[in-house]
Amino acid sequence: MKHLLSTQDLSLGDALRILDTAEEMSAVSGREVKKLPALRGRTVVNLFLEDSTRTRISFEAAAKRLSADVINFTGKGTSVSKGESLKDTVQTLEAIGADAIVMRHWGSGAAAQLAGSGWITSSVVNAGDGTHEHPTQALLDALTLRRHLARRHGTAPRGTDLSGMKVVIVGDILHSRVARSNLWLLTTLGAEVTLAAPPTLMPVGVEQWPCQVTYSLDEAIASGPDAVMMLRVQSERMHEAFFPSAAEYTRSWGLTDDRLALLESAGADDAVIMHPGPMNRGLEISAAAADSVRNTALEQVANGVSVRMAVLYLVLSGTETAGTPDLVPSAARRPEA
Amino acid sequence: MQAVPRDARTVLSAADIDRALTRIAHEILEANRGPDGIVVLGIPRRGVPLAERIAAKLERIEPGFDAAAATGQLDVTLYRDDLRRSTSRTPAPTRLPASGIDGAVVVLVDDVLYSGRTIRAALDALNDVGRPAAVRLAVLVDRGHRELPIRADFVGKNLPTSTAERVQVRLLEIDGPAGTGEVTEDAVAIMDIADPATAVGKDAR
Repeated sequence: MKHLLSTQDLSLGDALRILDTAEEMSAVSGREVKKLPALRGRTVVNLFLEDSTRTRISFEAAAKRLSADVINFTGKGTSVSKGESLKDTVQTLEAIGADAIVMRHWGSGAAAQLAGSGWITSSVVNAGDGTHEHPTQALLDALTLRRHLARRHGTAPRGTDLSGMKVVIVGDILHSRVARSNLWLLTTLGAEVTLAAPPTLMPVGVEQWPCQVTYSLDEAIASGPDAVMMLRVQSERMHEAFFPSAAEYTRSWGLTDDRLALLESAGADDAVIMHPGPMNRGLEISAAAADSVRNTALEQVANGVSVRMAVLYLVLSGTETAGTPDLVPSAARRPEA
Repeated sequence: MQAVPRDARTVLSAADIDRALTRIAHEILEANRGPDGIVVLGIPRRGVPLAERIAAKLERIEPGFDAAAATGQLDVTLYRDDLRRSTSRTPAPTRLPASGIDGAVVVLVDDVLYSGRTIRAALDALNDVGRPAAVRLAVLVDRGHRELPIRADFVGKNLPTSTAERVQVRLLEIDGPAGTGEVTEDAVAIMDIADPATAVGKDAR
């Protein structure tokens, strides 16, 4: 795996490999020595051209736990604000010694553009591009869901998929790269996805997507889902009037105390509430729902570090022979034992 | 699973393997003067069933030894020195006894000792999960060609080989019907690598 650009083109095998690797990575977080030597001497650049706190520090923690060196580069106060092109920026970063570039960009498709441009030879990890994809967020959500499923079945999560799980994704589907990445990945893993949003926040062409669509959150909750994923209302992307007022949004689309009670009475005894963070308490999620034991937000954050460790490990190991991994002359490889 | 090539010579039969493990178990107890403090850790994949078998034998010989509470596995994938070259492998779980390994006499178990690089990685991995009083090494086959100053304390069979040969260990737990293959009994076989360029891989060890 040279790059991680999207979950839409991620095969089931690769998805399971990332999740299984992440399971072992998370075991490291429980140890006294929270460090692995796997990426010693490699350099990971966090190139964040859009505001981010948790994703950036999560990638930073992941790279550091694998002993990589980390360089953080943001848009503000750097050469980018002086008008430097992306090409010049990434070539400069590679000249400094970057082995992988973790990029968040406001433009949809920016990561794929960078990976396919031939400007650089580094691995590219998409940390969110416009309204297109945010693959590591979907992977950490899948890891959280898979563990939830495994706990319910009393089995080990390793090697399992999400067959039969019902997941409702609620809110601003239109602008949400998290929703898109989750839709593709969860579907690949065998889960059934329902999107619930007001018509103004549902993308054009949604009927072509492999999911159910509903315009009533109450209906979606009454169907007894295994997980309800609340999306953040992204006020920074709300330049038009997508809904009349915040209060009205909360009334129709917020996970309120009433809906929390409905979820509990819908027969889904152990349904979980997910949120990619940061939560807008009182807008898309009530304080009771945010603090509920069902809420996996903090577990998601912890799993985020494990998933990002797995992704960085998988894109950065074996890169010297990328393309012909099994056809290296034996003289070039050390025998193992 | 790869079919066993025609030129394969079986060097250890199932009974030979069992006898070798029994002897190793006795040697471990003799060297340790009893079962106190022993923790047996297998290195995935084939070191794990071997570790379990040795632990079961230790329990049979010394009923005071609790095999279930003193057996585990230690994954070394993320400590390897060839991560840049080899294709990325999915790490296997590390499972340690609940009591940990601090102050224990850890017996590492692997199937084939070759370059010694896996054991180097295992020593580093062990260092990150605790501080054992001592570390010993038990292997089913020592085929020579060491590249590091590492030696085994307990050896099932010393097997002189050339680097153009491959040592294949087949264990029921992994290669049998319950695992991933169709092997019907344990065996250690040795064979020529037909085309070294394509045969490099896990089985080449």
